[in-house]
Amino acid sequence: MSRLLEVSGVSKTFDGFRAINNLSIAVDEPELRAVIGPNGAGKTTFMDIITGKTKPDEGTVVFGDKSISLVGMSESKIAREGIGRKFQKPTVFEAQTVRENLAMALKNDRGPFDVLFYKKNRDDSARILELAEEIGLADQLDRMSGELSHGQKQWLEIGMLLAQDPRLLLVDEPAAGMTPAEREQTTDLLKRAAKTRAVVVVEHDMEFVRRLNCKVTVLHEGSVLAEGSLDHVTANPQVIEVYLGR
Amino acid sequence: MNKTLLASNRSVLIFLLVLAIFTVAVTLMAQATGFGLISTSFVKTLGKTLCLCIIAIAMDVVWGYCGILSLGHFAFFGIGGYAVGMWLMYARTEEIVAASLANQPLPATAQEVSDAIGTQIFGVVGSSELPALWMFAHSLPLQLLAVLIVPGLLALVFGWLAFRSRVTGVYLSILTQAMTLALSLYLFQNDSGLRGNNGLSGLQNIPGVSAGQDWVSVWFFWASALALALAYILFAFVTSGKMGSVIRAIRDDESRVRFLGYHVETYKLFVFTLTAMVAGVAGALYYPQAGIINPAEIAPIASIYLAVWVAIGGRGRLYGAVIGATFVSLLSSWFTGGGAPAINLGFYKIVWTDWWLVLLGFSFVAVTLFFPQGIGGLFDYVAVKRNANYGPDDGSWRAEEGKPE
Repeated sequence: MSRLLEVSGVSKTFDGFRAINNLSIAVDEPELRAVIGPNGAGKTTFMDIITGKTKPDEGTVVFGDKSISLVGMSESKIAREGIGRKFQKPTVFEAQTVRENLAMALKNDRGPFDVLFYKKNRDDSARILELAEEIGLADQLDRMSGELSHGQKQWLEIGMLLAQDPRLLLVDEPAAGMTPAEREQTTDLLKRAAKTRAVVVVEHDMEFVRRLNCKVTVLHEGSVLAEGSLDHVTANPQVIEVYLGR
Repeated sequence: MNKTLLASNRSVLIFLLVLAIFTVAVTLMAQATGFGLISTSFVKTLGKTLCLCIIAIAMDVVWGYCGILSLGHFAFFGIGGYAVGMWLMYARTEEIVAASLANQPLPATAQEVSDAIGTQIFGVVGSSELPALWMFAHSLPLQLLAVLIVPGLLALVFGWLAFRSRVTGVYLSILTQAMTLALSLYLFQNDSGLRGNNGLSGLQNIPGVSAGQDWVSVWFFWASALALALAYILFAFVTSGKMGSVIRAIRDDESRVRFLGYHVETYKLFVFTLTAMVAGVAGALYYPQAGIINPAEIAPIASIYLAVWVAIGGRGRLYGAVIGATFVSLLSSWFTGGGAPAINLGFYKIVWTDWWLVLLGFSFVAVTLFFPQGIGGLFDYVAVKRNANYGPDDGSWRAEEGKPE
């Protein structure tokens, strides 16, 4: 295990509201980590800051072996450095096929001319098929992704993240709106992914977090309230008060 | 590269075939090359329509595929026209001046020739000097280069500023419209160096060519058809494959594309600049057929018409843009040219020259509301019918579920 991401002393204020308040979190590689917290705890802002969507007012975000700073980098550059992000709502490109969605996410050169003169090749096709099997969509490759069920869209999006081959995967409420069977499959998918990389799951649902069986970070009012195993944090009186007690 | 492109896009092949048949048919009907069934001015109208088709597919790529509603592409079209028009006017005036100075007892100096050209061209705006803008006007290759480079550079700089600040949607449309308006207002000034609202005229006279307009019109028609074919292939190439996938994705959800690691701004800039350059080429072919260009051609309303054509023809499909541009612009010249018979309601007489714009406005609203796919969408009915016969014996698939294996 080595340190992959180090967020330290980060603060962010929106119109006087402190969304993130002196937050420090470190993630190792490989690791599966759950981040929980009540609404407005700053979970989404935390992900926005790492992925470059939001610039923090202060603090540092350092990533990778070479300890590059992510603050001020563009979203696309951060994504190319190896950080993938899954949004809460499935955002796949509905007017395109599953194959096109995966092909777009595949780790290849991202310049316009590289893409313009990109030629399909056997390696990439094989990789797409492999990913499709991993997410259980191998026989749906040529379907429009808009026709997939909600759960299948969520998997497709996770598949697109895996296609990017990121070192750090940020996943926002992956199990929202899924059936119990789909949830189980999602848990397995995330656990498998976390064997070789860092996966950070932001989640509301305690039952899902329990199934992930990993280290848990509890956010409250923009900073870390508690960290440790699920049993450890749920025994913490402060956590019970702000989150579980209600 | 093109082989797979044509194989995977049957519509490209069909389009090229239709264009070829059309070109041959017009050639056979023209006065110079065929049986003289259609007038020279109608050949010019058809040639101009082909140029409008070129800019329409450019607009379709930038709007229908990439989601940037540019209300400025006619400015690039106009710039292309001005660039080629400068050479046409200069070279033609030079011929006339040389002929008149040849009668003098002493041969004219280069300065005298230049002054005489300046007086000829700019006398109309009360000036006799060739402005610095015209320093390359003597050279056809340089002016042709300008057809590509000036719209390209303008699009690059403008696009870079706009996309970098993440201006999108309606605000971007307003910005492009402002750019277009500023450019046309500037050109309306007499001291802009491009003859103000007089514009450039006499462009149909090609210097050094003694053939009549019947021949020139056919040449330009051929050139326009060739340019349309090439532009169609170019844009079919850009909008197919992975590039097409990425730019359609930018249209649908640009922030998601960013998180996939694509630098969205570069892609938009690429599409915006490429389409601007193609629009410039289309303009360079259009205005010699029109014979005159003035700043009114660049005004924002022209670019809005362009958007209307593409919407009526069907966004997001190249042939839709061609259909829209052809259909609406030919219909427009029929209605406004007095071809359409007036309707007498007894208490009021509908004269189409007055009412055509109202009709066009209503059709635009109707298409947007009831046929968002446009005229091009009609082809889907034909195509789906052929593939969608999935009865109980074929697995009872829905049409969009594709062919059962």
